[in-house]
Amino acid sequence: MTQAPTIDVRGTQFMDGVRLFGHIDVHLPAGQWTCVLGRSGVGKSTLLRLIAGLTLAGEFDGDITASDGNALANRISVMAQSDLLLPWLSVLENTVLGARLRGQVPDFDRAENMLIRVGLADHMQKKPNALSGGMRQRTALARTLMEDRPVALLDEPFSALDASTRADMQELAAEVLLGKTVLLVTHDPAEAVRLGHQIMVLTPDAAQPWPTPDMPPIRDQYAPTTVACQAALLAYLREVR
Amino acid sequence: MTRIRYALGACTFALLLWQGIVWLTGVPSFILPSPLRVAQAALDNRVLIAENALVTATEVILGLITGTVLGAFTAVQLANSDRLHRLVMPLLIFTQAVPVFALAPILTLWFGYGIASKVVMAVLIIYFPVTSAFYDGLTRVPADILDMAKIMGGTKRQIMRRIKIPHALPSLGTGLKLAAVYAPIGAVIGEWVGASKGLGYLMLLANGRAKTDLMFASLFTLVVMTLLLSLAVTKASDHLSKP
Repeated sequence: MTQAPTIDVRGTQFMDGVRLFGHIDVHLPAGQWTCVLGRSGVGKSTLLRLIAGLTLAGEFDGDITASDGNALANRISVMAQSDLLLPWLSVLENTVLGARLRGQVPDFDRAENMLIRVGLADHMQKKPNALSGGMRQRTALARTLMEDRPVALLDEPFSALDASTRADMQELAAEVLLGKTVLLVTHDPAEAVRLGHQIMVLTPDAAQPWPTPDMPPIRDQYAPTTVACQAALLAYLREVR
Repeated sequence: MTRIRYALGACTFALLLWQGIVWLTGVPSFILPSPLRVAQAALDNRVLIAENALVTATEVILGLITGTVLGAFTAVQLANSDRLHRLVMPLLIFTQAVPVFALAPILTLWFGYGIASKVVMAVLIIYFPVTSAFYDGLTRVPADILDMAKIMGGTKRQIMRRIKIPHALPSLGTGLKLAAVYAPIGAVIGEWVGASKGLGYLMLLANGRAKTDLMFASLFTLVVMTLLLSLAVTKASDHLSKP
């Protein structure tokens, strides 16, 4: 696996000729988590799709560059908002989908281990329609973590999980994605403050950095500085348009 | 179970109505035989009907298999190439405007009086619905799933095999259900135009000799055969569609 690069996104996104956001200057440091928050519809998922190189309805006027100068294609794993599980495959088969699609021999031992870690040990052979929303999301998380790419783009990966499972999954993701460049799109200030090395608030005009507490992630969510940061961030998010 | 009960009830009602009309009007049996007379004819000619039904069934099944394989193959090729789709699809739609029934005499001329011309006829009838339904399914995979596959570095071949084809199986099932009903029509039309065996041939023969009861018996045999085939294909399609 190649070293995780730093990614820079500079430019303006237009939708049907109208500016969606920008000019933005987003810097995703190598091997760190950058959490992006912002109101619904501001373009957080669009930013993620831009970095992933996926087709968009609008137009982006700007550059997306990696610090090593290489293309980002085939170095990215993405977890979308919906779980995108294939209903005809078992949980285990869904987890090794990436290898299957590349024509590689799947590493079932690693996949099983990953599923055990996301708490799906007893559900590996089940089809997605037999799972709860949270279990489906955990399967999607396991599938993303299995990809082992230097860059991970996560679009609200923990949104369907209950509070305790969410905390567990955040810790697992932080552990497995250690050393990778991660962009986490979230609506949850607490999640951003807990996980982010840096936090960006996306508005139609800019991507503004938000100061994080001094301690490194994963932060204690009950620590006074963390709680204060969450509260201030939430107040800011309610303020900005 | 309720559906079967309703179907049996409707059939019984239709048969009683038919028998009643025959009794009340006293219509000659060579015009409209009673259901009892048809049943008797079916019993008396069971070997003859069975022999001809076997021929028609063979034509239908061969036509169904060949048409499905060709249709599915075409759909995959069309889904793989936009250019091919743009080139071939209008041609396919154009062929649908040609009444297949009008081609039956030509097919008999080309492929003879044997089984081949009937199989070709059945294939021609089912090819488009199968191709169209399967192609539709292959090209309607949600964009998010294809994006995910692209990011994962999936090859075109593997994406087709592991995502598009499984996703399109319910659509193929829909096409097959139509095909199961259309294929016997193709085979019987072929037999009407030129054959020495088959239920279509037997119907024509019975009609020509004013054996209307035998004609009805052959017709019902064809209906039962089509229903059984449709039922089997529906079961298989439902199995394909099950996640």
